[in-house]
Amino acid sequence: MSQSSKDLILDPMVDNNPITLQVLGICSALAVTSSLQVSLVMAIAVTLVTGFSSMFISMIRNHIPGSIRIIVQMVIIASLVIMVDQILKAYAYEISKTLSVFVGLIITNCIVMGRAEAFAMKNPPVASFIDGVGNGLGYGLILMLVGFVRELFGAGSLFGVTILETVNNGGWYVPNGMLLLPPSAFFVIGLIIWAFRTWKKDQVEEREYKIQAVEEH
Amino acid sequence: MEELLSLAVKAVFVENLALSFFLGMCTFIAVSKKIATAIGLGISVMIVQALTVPVNNLILTYLLAPGALAWAGFENVDLTFLGLISYIGVIAALVQILEMVLDKYFPPLYNALGVFLPLITVNCAIMGGSLFMVERDYNFAEAATYGVSSGFGWALAIVAMAGVREKLKYSDIPDGLQGLGITFITAGLMAMAFMSFSGVKL
Repeated sequence: MSQSSKDLILDPMVDNNPITLQVLGICSALAVTSSLQVSLVMAIAVTLVTGFSSMFISMIRNHIPGSIRIIVQMVIIASLVIMVDQILKAYAYEISKTLSVFVGLIITNCIVMGRAEAFAMKNPPVASFIDGVGNGLGYGLILMLVGFVRELFGAGSLFGVTILETVNNGGWYVPNGMLLLPPSAFFVIGLIIWAFRTWKKDQVEEREYKIQAVEEH
Repeated sequence: MEELLSLAVKAVFVENLALSFFLGMCTFIAVSKKIATAIGLGISVMIVQALTVPVNNLILTYLLAPGALAWAGFENVDLTFLGLISYIGVIAALVQILEMVLDKYFPPLYNALGVFLPLITVNCAIMGGSLFMVERDYNFAEAATYGVSSGFGWALAIVAMAGVREKLKYSDIPDGLQGLGITFITAGLMAMAFMSFSGVKL
């Protein structure tokens, strides 16, 4: 793999992560992360859709008239999502029930549109494909992290396998039920962002309003 | 009538699109810095939502559902797999039409909404509203009520969030948590507050 394609994959994972820095595709990141298995399926689905939609859009980028490009991109993305939806319904019906509307919502996932618009419209197909996959993986990374924390501490299990024996089953671990509820996803992502930005100082946002004491020091 | 009212209250508070289903989060986080812009966006989402959900309901009932094409002589055709692509098409088209109508007849409103209108096409709250309508088998009246009230719920959430954030910028927050991080945690606290509505039985 050449240096540039390696950058295309690794850059969106850490330095330019779609969720923690670009604030894209958060809707599904919050809603589907209460268990690790569902997060994994969602991450794979988004990675595939982003990769292939970027590739196809890049292939026809020189033939799309500027004024209707959004519609053209939408049609390509929607067709890919329909394929993912049908495949999930056929081979993983249980998971597709849990994901419910969120498979369909990959269409409006800003990561897919964002990459199509920002990268695929200007770059050749192979690079676009790699960029799409990279962003999908960066998204998947956060999704898995959140899913890991929520399932491990909320239900004491990972992928449905018990890791921490809960009190209800005669074990010692008192599960934190709040982590299975929707609001906890906000907290987990907020804390992940905090951790990321403590590690990568350059991602810290400017203060809009400086407190006097801060300026004096 | 009573059923519709309870559906509306449920869609605004208990099943708030933004805070309990996390739909439209990207815009929710990105455009909630000022109350004025949040109100503009909230209103446009409400209008678009109120239009798209009933229109998509009609499309589902008369074109896509199994046996829906009986009037055209195709009794055994089931086109539900085309759902996603039709709904997004309707949304994109309606947003475009709304933009043109506003530009022609209500220029001040058009200028106020500005860049937000086209952005609404990719707002998951709109798509999510239509998908929930399909999943829960709403009829036309229910779909219309759901469209208006879920849009209103979303608008309410983003305006409240903007209000919190306007005050928040004066507080002393750790560097790494500045901006996005604290916004998420605030949204989490708001979501918890909205969860308390879920005990309300209607």
